[in-house]
Amino acid sequence: MSTNGSKPKFAMYWAASCGGCEIAVLNIGEKILDVDANFDVVFWPVAMDAKYKDVEAMEDGSITLCLFNGGIRNDENEHVARLLRRKSKILVAFGSCATEGCIPGLANLSRPQEVLDTAFSTISTDNPQGVRPIFDYAAPEGHIHIPVFQPRVRTLDQVVPVDYFMPGCPPESHQIAAVVDLVIQALHGQAELPPPGATLGAGPSTCCDECPRQRNVKAIKQFVRIQDLETIDPTLCLLEQGIPCNGPATRSGCGALCPKAGAQCIGCYGPAEGVVDYGARLITAFASVIDATDPAEIERILDGIPDPAGQFYRFNLARSLLRAGKSAWSPR
Amino acid sequence: MTKISIDPITRLEGHGKIEIFLNDEGDVANTYFQVPELRGFERFCVGRPVEEMPLLTNRICGVCPEAHHMAAAKAADAVYKVDPPPAAKKLRELLYSGFYFTDHTTHFYALGGPDFVMGPDAPVAERNILGVIHKVGLEIGGQVIQARKYGHHIVEIIGGRKVHPCTSIPGGLTKGITEEQRREIEKMGRWAIEFAQFSLKLFNDIVLGNPAYLDLILGDIYTHRTYYIGTVDANNKVNFYDGQVSVVDPDGKRLGKYRPHEYTEWIAEHVEPWTYLKFPYLKKVGWKGFVDGKDSGVYCATPLSRLNAADGMATPRAQEEYEKFYATLGGKPVHQRLATHWARLIELLYAAERIVELATDPEIASPKVHTVPTEKPTEGVGIVEAPRGTLTHHYWTDERGLLTRVNLIVGTTNNYAPMSMSIKKAAQAFIKKGVVVSEGILNRVEMAFRPYDPCLGCATHSLPGQMPLQVTIRDARGEVVDVLRQHC
Repeated sequence: MSTNGSKPKFAMYWAASCGGCEIAVLNIGEKILDVDANFDVVFWPVAMDAKYKDVEAMEDGSITLCLFNGGIRNDENEHVARLLRRKSKILVAFGSCATEGCIPGLANLSRPQEVLDTAFSTISTDNPQGVRPIFDYAAPEGHIHIPVFQPRVRTLDQVVPVDYFMPGCPPESHQIAAVVDLVIQALHGQAELPPPGATLGAGPSTCCDECPRQRNVKAIKQFVRIQDLETIDPTLCLLEQGIPCNGPATRSGCGALCPKAGAQCIGCYGPAEGVVDYGARLITAFASVIDATDPAEIERILDGIPDPAGQFYRFNLARSLLRAGKSAWSPR
Repeated sequence: MTKISIDPITRLEGHGKIEIFLNDEGDVANTYFQVPELRGFERFCVGRPVEEMPLLTNRICGVCPEAHHMAAAKAADAVYKVDPPPAAKKLRELLYSGFYFTDHTTHFYALGGPDFVMGPDAPVAERNILGVIHKVGLEIGGQVIQARKYGHHIVEIIGGRKVHPCTSIPGGLTKGITEEQRREIEKMGRWAIEFAQFSLKLFNDIVLGNPAYLDLILGDIYTHRTYYIGTVDANNKVNFYDGQVSVVDPDGKRLGKYRPHEYTEWIAEHVEPWTYLKFPYLKKVGWKGFVDGKDSGVYCATPLSRLNAADGMATPRAQEEYEKFYATLGGKPVHQRLATHWARLIELLYAAERIVELATDPEIASPKVHTVPTEKPTEGVGIVEAPRGTLTHHYWTDERGLLTRVNLIVGTTNNYAPMSMSIKKAAQAFIKKGVVVSEGILNRVEMAFRPYDPCLGCATHSLPGQMPLQVTIRDARGEVVDVLRQHC
């Protein structure tokens, strides 16, 4: 990695995440060399060496582009988010966790104490004293610390202002490469960046528009669980086969990878352009394909969706209008 | 008392931390290896449909989602008591072999290999993948990239995606492969065997040909006499996808084998209040603290452990290497942690051979890849060997197949206690009477850590192949007296 100080500075960071975003960036292949040629990479834990305090020593606004992935789960995540916001000109919420909370955002259906209690009392856990993690622990030899677990998972823009959003779990490598190209062109005055708040590296429509499957009747009599189907028709719309596919509410950009492989879209690219609440849009989409007018019949069909909270807010709960389930707020 | 904080490995920053305390004599009193992160999958997966677990638990780890995808799919099969058709099971294992090939290649060439290929005393600036390329030849860089690409491509063909595969469901897969895809995989597999053989030859020429390196491997600092576990097939040969988990004691004697649903009779997890991660141990032996030996339930689950826990490899070329491994290192079991790098290459060859075996199986391209479950869903356990250790998923559901309870013991977690012990041992060896051997401690703690390929917060695969360490030494008042750095 270059350490030449004259080039624009690039940073990438993971907060509460799985590392898949980093793998997706590494998978852009030779494009990674363009990043190296055009940027001075100053902070990227997976790929190079620099510490928090090196970032703290930088001038405010001195990082030109920062890709931030992972949600905000503990006080260390929050601290680094605030630090990188201060130091970065362009802060991008990168990937599903940072933009909408992703799967770990489903923890917002539970109280934080329940999350800890579950993890430290599973069937294989030997914990007769009911030990829980202690953030400031007085070991016999001295104090040691771990980050404080916060009440709920937050998206990056719920903690600091964000300039752009890049959806996907993870963002597809060809989309990352295109965004890298765009930023490099903009730095050379050959392109204009979109207005702040825009979504980058994704399409304007829905996953369905990228899906090669055929849509015919647009009406269903029942929802089915994917494992209950004798065969999955390889060319027909999955929703028409009764599989609760999230394509109609989900932003385009991935190329409909999962439906092409016979699996339903699970919504990892987040809400389509202009959608305020992902779950509300998906409920509307499902309602529009239900072929019934009798309330009892409609009820029966909807019972075919066994986990509404997960179905409608699988990736999006932390960002949704709900932000968290009721149980997360209720007192013990 | 003096506290030394090792803020480890840039790539684990925010995901791992080591605290070393010295006593009044300036010797190591204790070390704490902390994992500062929890996301809570065991809680928030409750209420979800069990068929979504292969998709949800992918998101535990973006480095090894294939392992969670497979363990979840097998646990979901078990919940429904459904047996997928043979082609589905073989395709899952084929995907998984492709994944192993990629993952082990990355670890050897970017992380573990440079220590050996360049030598532990080579200048820091050369002990990375670029150094390896300079020493071995430029074409190897291209081959490593090719190997990673091929492995990912096999995952994508069967799993539908490069990261977070999506095709495993209870009872099998959403789709099979075409004859054309089968041929493509076979071709990549044949290339993979050559690549793995080349990698072993490289290790052989450079490491085994040099007595100094062999001494390093066999040295005491990196040795722990622990129990070992690993999945084996019906012939007690290493298997990554299916079988029983074999447990051997520090003398190499098999304590027994357990089937997935029996895991709670064998494994329990100890809790410490200063970290978010638990410490698994062998229940039949018991938790005796961070110590090795036959009376301590601490065990290890790594490539080395899998070889120790098995009677051999199921493919011919890998079996030859397996025999050579134990002949060279003085018989079974091998306790020297640095030998894990060699064991990983033997597994790389096995994965490559297995790709070809499965890709040439007459029924692999069969369209029959799913069995509709008919039993009422209840409870099930799925176990696979993740590259970093035995991975266990345990689910309970209601009669609709919605999860009511989840238990996960993740690959790296198995090795939390032995990793902590290796760190302490290295620190004790290189910090004496208040004298910190700067190059020594940094280099050797790093080498103690690396064989386990820890994936804490799923964060191990570093691009430059270096393990940056920083040791801050503070006096009793907390004032910094010295800062040592390596790769920083």
